[in-house]
Amino acid sequence: MSQRLKDIDYIGLVLWIFRAFIILLVVVGIFNKIVRGYGVDYTIDDWVDFIGSGLSQGSLYALIALGYTMVYGILFMINFAHGEFFMAGGMTATVLLATPLAAAGFMNDQPILYMVIVMILSMVTAMAISLITERIAYRPLRNAPRLVPLITAIGASFFWQYFFRGLFGGTIIPFPVPEIFEGRVDILGFDFLKTRLVVMAVAIVSLLFLYGLIMRTKTGKAIRAVAEDKDVAALMGINVDRTITLTFAIGALMAGIAAVLWGLVFRQVHFFMGFVPGIKAFTAAVLGGIGSIPGAAVGGLLLGVIEAVAPPLVLEGLNVPGAHQLKDVTAFTLLILVLLFRPQGIVGEVLSEEKA
Amino acid sequence: MSQSPIGRAVRYGLLAGLIAASVSAIGMVETFNERDIITGFLTLGQLLLYSTSIIAGYLAVRTKDNEQLNAGPALLNGFVAGLLTAVPVIILILLTVAFPTIRNSLVNVSPALINALTFGQGPYAGSLILAAVMAVLGLAGAAFHILPEKVEKPLFNGVMATLLVGLFSEVLINVFRPFPRQIVRIFFGTKGIQPLIAIIIFVAAVLITIWWEARGEQRFARRRASLTEEDKQRNRRITLIASAVLVLAAPWILGLYLTEVMDVVGIFIIMGLGLNIVVGFAGLLDLGYVAFFAIGAYMMGLLTSTGELGIAGMNFWMALPISVLAATTAGIILGIPVLRMRGDYLAIVTLAFGEIIRVLAASDLLKGAIGGAQGILKIGKPEILSFVFIQPQHFYYLILAGIALAWFVSSRLRDARLGRRWMALREDEDVAEAQGINLVSTKLLAFAIGASFSGLAGAIFASRLSSIFPHSFNLLISINVLCLVIVGGIGSLPGVVLGAFVLVGMPELLREFAEYRLLLYGALLILTMLVRPEGLWPSQITRRELHADAEEAAREGPQHEDIHPLVG
Repeated sequence: MSQRLKDIDYIGLVLWIFRAFIILLVVVGIFNKIVRGYGVDYTIDDWVDFIGSGLSQGSLYALIALGYTMVYGILFMINFAHGEFFMAGGMTATVLLATPLAAAGFMNDQPILYMVIVMILSMVTAMAISLITERIAYRPLRNAPRLVPLITAIGASFFWQYFFRGLFGGTIIPFPVPEIFEGRVDILGFDFLKTRLVVMAVAIVSLLFLYGLIMRTKTGKAIRAVAEDKDVAALMGINVDRTITLTFAIGALMAGIAAVLWGLVFRQVHFFMGFVPGIKAFTAAVLGGIGSIPGAAVGGLLLGVIEAVAPPLVLEGLNVPGAHQLKDVTAFTLLILVLLFRPQGIVGEVLSEEKA
Repeated sequence: MSQSPIGRAVRYGLLAGLIAASVSAIGMVETFNERDIITGFLTLGQLLLYSTSIIAGYLAVRTKDNEQLNAGPALLNGFVAGLLTAVPVIILILLTVAFPTIRNSLVNVSPALINALTFGQGPYAGSLILAAVMAVLGLAGAAFHILPEKVEKPLFNGVMATLLVGLFSEVLINVFRPFPRQIVRIFFGTKGIQPLIAIIIFVAAVLITIWWEARGEQRFARRRASLTEEDKQRNRRITLIASAVLVLAAPWILGLYLTEVMDVVGIFIIMGLGLNIVVGFAGLLDLGYVAFFAIGAYMMGLLTSTGELGIAGMNFWMALPISVLAATTAGIILGIPVLRMRGDYLAIVTLAFGEIIRVLAASDLLKGAIGGAQGILKIGKPEILSFVFIQPQHFYYLILAGIALAWFVSSRLRDARLGRRWMALREDEDVAEAQGINLVSTKLLAFAIGASFSGLAGAIFASRLSSIFPHSFNLLISINVLCLVIVGGIGSLPGVVLGAFVLVGMPELLREFAEYRLLLYGALLILTMLVRPEGLWPSQITRRELHADAEEAAREGPQHEDIHPLVG
């Protein structure tokens, strides 16, 4: 017993040193940047721009993170393939609908309608892919050890990536953006890119809509009941399988919305576009507290802002060359830190051993 | 009776058809058409396409309760299933007629593909021919199913033997390279086997199976039973020596290209043996395994490079242990923070670690030290006295030694106390801790030893290529290694070797696979977990665990299920 206690203390100490080291880095970086003015000299407009890009990026993470958090809430599994549902929606809608509509001139005649129907196709595709995946790769293994569905999820992820690569090609495909979304608007004396505002507005509406669906409707109640306890929910007459399917579908619909917004911001889609955003959205879900819908929203926005601000603020303060290249590193480091020191996230409950 | 037999045929037919249309639309059929199996008769693409209707017909015969239908309805079912397989494919063909610009969207729906699908007869006539062919094949699949096993088994073996020889005929052509061209041409076309030879192989396989079923099996068993213990031991020794000689002589039989393939497979075997310790023995799912491979490779590069980034100018043999040690240390360092994480969280964190290492390696931050995207060049080769390892054949022996070492360490550790501790950890962490197992040291040892194998593989990899770039160390390598461990059989050493040959060797030999490699990996991972979670070559423990119930049932009563070779 004493031997073990010693070991645990030792590991705890190492973790403490690690934590102190990271905090020190962040403090020194910010100090150097602000007080000593290391790196590029940014104006206040630049900083607003960083935060604006972080918020729009973050609302995309939030939309994708919903899928992770809802599925985790119900099945306690990381749906590793969720990023691919996002990619599938984005690529299909771009190739089959957006590009031909843009070529036909429909896009600039009816920009709103254009966005709506492109988004609907994206949502439907993402949902179809998610349901196929759930049916084939997850449902038969619902009672298997926990690593098994994770492995099939990794398999599904790569399968869909290369399936869509075969279908639509491995090149970067431009996403046509309607003219009315080009340019900037002035709010409170600061310039904002129109696309970013559109992204944030759509994301907020979708999130509120989803929150209402989960909290106010009977379907939402069923989902919450299944998340609480599958067996008891089944005894109450809830069709558990149907509810799980529904959860996957809702998560994928949100990913489908996010995919079109992603196209609007980055003006391109690609077969590999789902992978990194997928991991980042998972990070956002963990950051906010996995299993919680408001948590996904908060975590997404926070991750977006940190990712946009940390390289110019902290890393340039540390004199790191090419700080912008390390955007992903900040996000992944954040993921590791959160899982290490606050696995329940910002608004999440303390998960029991079994769930964590 | 929710599902009538014909309904099943419709379902299977359409499902198989969707698969057939998909593999056509993503370009697999066209790409695989370049690989002949039987010269002038059958290509891999055709095999892929038509096997869907055969399998649909085969499966459509069974009813919901696995009962077999009578011959009449069975054949009808097969016919319907086969016919319906053609429907989605024909829709795809007609889409190209309706939208001639479809190729702008679906890049792989090329005229060549449509030409292949329609037998060059134009879309309408071609569709009809396709439907007829697929219906007949569905019928054949059904007919195959209702044949008695005595006939079915030899036919199945015959077809399989022919297809296998045909598929790997390029390898055989390579092996028979020393013989005169004219003689090789009798047997092989440019890629596939000649039709006459295909028939001979088929007939031979059928006859051998019939003989084996009728007489051979018993005779063999009788002879085995009559052997004394001494004879058995001698036989075992002879087999061992023969296989050792074969393995050692392999590079000189196989030729340059195949040896190079073997080298790649070997490096993956070393990594697989390492990951097998982490995932297979200790049950810790590590998705950032490539990080240690990268660390081993970069260490070797830095220490032995004669270029501007080289820091020590050491020789290979001195740098090797240092590289392995560096990877081991990294394994411990990365292991400490994740000690308290379990299962899927661990997987995601290790994945993040792997990505961080990759991004850092390519970034400007470490450019001065390890070259950024330009990588490290002029890495030293191993030397013994004045003999320098340059040829793939030379590296073959080095890698072989590495595999032998990794195998020895793995198998000894598995049977040692540490191995027991790992397995206890894998089964249940809490119970293991309650039994007095020190989780910290047990987990860290798994990470460290796993990482050291990966570092060894990385060091050899760097020296073999003499230059390394950060993009060689991406997540796909981790996935690759994970795949071969799982598909081969989690926790099984021979499984790792088999997995590496199947998952790494085969795509290298059949280059048409290259583009669809990860698609097939993904499908294989799912399929393995669904159908054969113990893998291709399971370890004895897993085999016993998974089949304990079946064995018990067999002991209790004779009502065991008849498992079919295609399904079981």
